[in-house]
Amino acid sequence: MKGFRAAYGASPLHLLALLGCLALSGSAVLRVLDGPAPVRIAVWFLGAVVAHDVVLYPLYALADRSLSGALRRRRAAPGSVNWVRIPALLSGLLLLVFWPVVTQHSEPAFRTASGLDQDVYLARFLLIVAALFGGSALLFAVSRRR
Amino acid sequence: MSAPAPGPVRPDGASHGPAYGWPRPLWAALDRARPPLRVLDPTLWRSPLRGPWLTAVFGAVLLVSLPVVIVTGLLSYAAYEPRFPGNAFPADPGWLRLPHFAWPTSPSWLYRVNQGLHVGLGLALVPVVLAKLWSVLPKLFAWPPARSVAQLVERLTIALLVGSILFELSTGVLNTQYDYVFGFDFYTGHYYGAWVFLAAFLAHVVIKLPVMLRSLRGRSLPGELRTPLAGTRSEPYDPDGLVALDPAAPTISRRGVLALVAGASGLLTAVTAGQTVGDGLRPTALLSPRGRSYGDGPTDFQVNRTAAAAGVATSAQGPGWTLQLIGPTEVRLSREDLLAMPQHTAELPIACVEGWSTVQTWTGVRLRDLAALAGAVDVASARVVSLERAGAFSRATLGGSAVREPDAMLALRVNGVDLSLDHGFPARIVVPALPGVHHTKWVSTIEFSA
Repeated sequence: MKGFRAAYGASPLHLLALLGCLALSGSAVLRVLDGPAPVRIAVWFLGAVVAHDVVLYPLYALADRSLSGALRRRRAAPGSVNWVRIPALLSGLLLLVFWPVVTQHSEPAFRTASGLDQDVYLARFLLIVAALFGGSALLFAVSRRR
Repeated sequence: MSAPAPGPVRPDGASHGPAYGWPRPLWAALDRARPPLRVLDPTLWRSPLRGPWLTAVFGAVLLVSLPVVIVTGLLSYAAYEPRFPGNAFPADPGWLRLPHFAWPTSPSWLYRVNQGLHVGLGLALVPVVLAKLWSVLPKLFAWPPARSVAQLVERLTIALLVGSILFELSTGVLNTQYDYVFGFDFYTGHYYGAWVFLAAFLAHVVIKLPVMLRSLRGRSLPGELRTPLAGTRSEPYDPDGLVALDPAAPTISRRGVLALVAGASGLLTAVTAGQTVGDGLRPTALLSPRGRSYGDGPTDFQVNRTAAAAGVATSAQGPGWTLQLIGPTEVRLSREDLLAMPQHTAELPIACVEGWSTVQTWTGVRLRDLAALAGAVDVASARVVSLERAGAFSRATLGGSAVREPDAMLALRVNGVDLSLDHGFPARIVVPALPGVHHTKWVSTIEFSA
């Protein structure tokens, strides 16, 4: 047992869990290969990882570093970046999640389904963004007053 | 206050990782090699908040909540009754499904709650998943990439885990907003993606559960919730490489990060939950496609597929429409014939796989009365065909228990008025607890089988 652990690098349970994982996900992959559009599904699977790890993360990390850096150069208090960072992060999350309706990208299919257009969502999104930044500004002003 | 917090100490000279496995010289050589990319330099990761405890907190939240999303997802597939051909997609997943069973028709809110949970919780977990990925991202760029076969294979399954959760979240979010940009059948992709996720999730839990529990015990949650920014320090050095070797001064406390993630989940819930909760709260679902009002008339509720889109606007309104019942005897009924039969009224939801639902008061002829009229006894299934020709759900098969269900009906009226064309005039199926797309609209034929 000790020899196994030294050679493999972890316990037999570890190996068993990984083999089980590969077998089960492998059988799902075989089903996808049998069905229509396996290449598109694979592209979206890998694309989701690349989009997160190589695009989304570097973008928000870079934005955060430049914002924090600018404030540090102005000798702002360490937590002051949050007055901007938090509403910006929440707004960015809403845009990321609701991209199809905010940009009206899915309007044709939505009209087929519901008979409605998507004209209202951009304005609603902008109002929520305004409320987030406005609320943050208000809290900032109140905290300064004290 | 602005003094840098004391960081973890890298034990001098010691390699900061687990021991090499077989073949030792290979892993040792890889470790000694210079990282080929600057992004692989561990000192680039500077957040003082990353560490085993914070990762374990996000992990614990996901460990409790993701199984609910997985189970409701598998149940949703079962609710389509895949035992009848043409009812569910993918049509034949082999043994990658729950055992066949007759989906219950009571309580009537069963599918509504199931999908409300699946979609609502899935959406609320988007910020938690992103935070969890943020907390472990340095490990993606760790050098050496592995020290043993165990680590190498585990990293492969982590790629499956991350790929599948991002795939599931993105296809799910896009589908609820009617954006089919991915170009494959949503049901098929989302269903098999879920099995890959389930496999990778189970393995990850088996391997990481002890680490998670140990890490959670490393700090006290109430203690962290009392610690402001001024008292926030880096977690102590950990060999797993989550803690920054050269941490920057903190700009937010751990409780601040937890509140931010919880707040983000709450925000996503706030702008969508009204689509599931009820028609009074629907206007609060500001960014949900199903947060819109159609007006306040008796037929002004959510439409799933318009008559125009289904191509039935003319055929459904024509004077020649009759309902064909096929059983031991064949019967043709006009809408007047149907209205002359005993009418049943029930308040029942239409609940969509996309998570939205709407409860209305339906009136029509019980399916079991129609079955009796066609001379069908011991009905095993009823195949319902719409006037619509093209759509994936222009036909659906109901099980015997759905036909016998006292509230299951061929609805002719809703909220005291005739069905509108978009809601299925001249007649539509309404069965408690079944997915919305099986409430076939513009019905032309019902074929009962024993």
